[in-house]
Amino acid sequence: MWEYSEKVLEHYRHPRNVGKIDDADLIGEAGSLACGDSLKIYLKLDGNVIKDAKFQTFGCGSAVASSSILTEMIIGKTLEEAKKITNKDIAEELGGLPQEKMHCSVMGQEALEDALKKYYGKDEIEEEIGLSKSGDKIVCTCFNVTENQIWEAIKVNGLKTVEEVTNYTKAGGACGRCKGLIKDIIDTYYKKEVKAEELTPTQKILKISKVIDQQISPQLQKDGGDIELIDVEGNKVKVKLIGMCSGCKNAAMTLKAFVESVLKDKVDSNLEVEQV
Amino acid sequence: MIYLDNNATTKIDERVLEEMLPYLREDYANPSSMYDFAKKPAAAIKEARAKVRDFLGAASEKDIYFTSCGSESANTAIKGVLNCNKEKRHIITTKVEHPAVLNTYKEFEKNGYEVDYIGVNSQGELDIEELKSKLRKDTALVSVMYANNETGVIYPVEEIAEYIKSKSPETRFFVDGVQAAGKIPINVKETQIDLLGISGHKFHAPKGIGALYVKPDVRFTPLINGGHQERGMRAGTENVPYIAGIGKAAELAMEALNYEQKEVARLRNKLEEGILKNVFNARLNTGVKNRVPNTTNIGFEYVEGELILLHLSDIGVCASSGSACTSGSLEPSHVLRAMGIPFTALHGSIRFSLSRFTKESDIDFVIEKMPAIMDKLTSISPFQDELEVLRKRKG
Repeated sequence: MWEYSEKVLEHYRHPRNVGKIDDADLIGEAGSLACGDSLKIYLKLDGNVIKDAKFQTFGCGSAVASSSILTEMIIGKTLEEAKKITNKDIAEELGGLPQEKMHCSVMGQEALEDALKKYYGKDEIEEEIGLSKSGDKIVCTCFNVTENQIWEAIKVNGLKTVEEVTNYTKAGGACGRCKGLIKDIIDTYYKKEVKAEELTPTQKILKISKVIDQQISPQLQKDGGDIELIDVEGNKVKVKLIGMCSGCKNAAMTLKAFVESVLKDKVDSNLEVEQV
Repeated sequence: MIYLDNNATTKIDERVLEEMLPYLREDYANPSSMYDFAKKPAAAIKEARAKVRDFLGAASEKDIYFTSCGSESANTAIKGVLNCNKEKRHIITTKVEHPAVLNTYKEFEKNGYEVDYIGVNSQGELDIEELKSKLRKDTALVSVMYANNETGVIYPVEEIAEYIKSKSPETRFFVDGVQAAGKIPINVKETQIDLLGISGHKFHAPKGIGALYVKPDVRFTPLINGGHQERGMRAGTENVPYIAGIGKAAELAMEALNYEQKEVARLRNKLEEGILKNVFNARLNTGVKNRVPNTTNIGFEYVEGELILLHLSDIGVCASSGSACTSGSLEPSHVLRAMGIPFTALHGSIRFSLSRFTKESDIDFVIEKMPAIMDKLTSISPFQDELEVLRKRKG
């Protein structure tokens, strides 16, 4: 049994704005019957304002709820504002979705994007969300998921693992043959991200110090120990373990498995921790 | 509440619970102990074993081993038999087995075993000729379920057993009997079946107890090593209350078999016919005669299964679905896919499974409510043109 929020229950039981707009200005589609869920969204415009929106969905409870709430979110918004809505916004508006159901919110966003493409032109929308033209390539053939869709889900939701990508996009959820490709996309994405966020030496030291104070030190204090930052040389972080930690025979493990992995995760994946 | 998910699990029969309670309260002795206090629990196990022997039609109570569940019975049978015959490395099973069986074979496949998975036709019936053609001299084990959990289709395990023994006497034959026990008569001593597993909670015993029948001349190794319990083939202090429970449940199920075959089948047929008649987008996924009496599997076209279950649940009806969305696996039922059920109905397939506790009024309620639910849900579907065609066809 899924743990659905009250809002999800309310929206699958009493979906808003169900149906078709016969003279719709924009129509967007996502998903397919074969894959087990599909969504059609109809928009009626007044200038660049979405005056009315309706939907038709083939899918589970959370798919219907995502579609329903999306129509509520966009009615009265300008197209510019609608363009900024992500799957995360849809899920948040629903009071959260189970991890395995996040792909329902992604389907909502994709249908909206599909509709907006017809207004702005495909390239402009893709540029907006940072996608490349070559990213139309299908990665997951079971569920027809493209590189761009995976890229976007990683970006919007900060996905880090193949399993998360599967939960959000379905890619890799059937035969599993594309899991290697998905891993590559995740790796490529984070390499780019790290570069984009390159820190000056001072910024780096400040960030390391902050992570140690706020996230690492309190954990060690629980075991009666603590840690002190001595120096940072390039990517070498020099620290001193104190209290219970200093004589602990697991100190080397604490350093590598905990301190270093937190710093790698939060600051820079190239960091190495050394005890002085 | 209307409970139509008895292939998932069943209500504990009050009489079963009564049988169990003394061993959870006062008679808690370890049945292996030497004092008089241990006599009652020891006698309870003996009695339960005799009842399960009769339930499965085994020749001797020595052929019955108690386990913790259907999955343990299957794992013991499969791993136990293969361990004793390591030179033969070929296995035959079906594409529609329960995951407890299927995933065990996948493990063996990873370890170098060759496994043939036999398919089914669009009605869910096994391709017996294909199975026969795959039997080889080095086939260590053949395994076919007695009845399918999703469709209820019964497989001709007796015929298969005869064939195997006549062509390859050393090949062992395991039958997953979990969905057959309590629904149709089982009489292993009249057959060439080597091993057969059952699970108590599918016939009104509690969860956490199962049994495995093993023919006397069949060698197998235990899954759990330890003490001498179950004649050394399943270590662990006997779960006396639950063993007493499965014994009682077996006795009651035997008494109820006639009712199950006639009355439960009548209610199932009524439900099936009622829904097919009243709901325009309903299609029977299999209507073969040779089905267990309590199960029907109906596809509702262009509507997704979880959404149907949620709406049924909202009016107090429990059923289950082969839809991907209910499992979190993203993939719809492997059984319905093996049958080639069209996509239009695959994701919207619902299994209703009855029991001897199902009332006529339960069935009438579902038949009455289903059309309105389907009208609401089809109105949300993007496939309006396709639905219109179905609506017209139904008239």
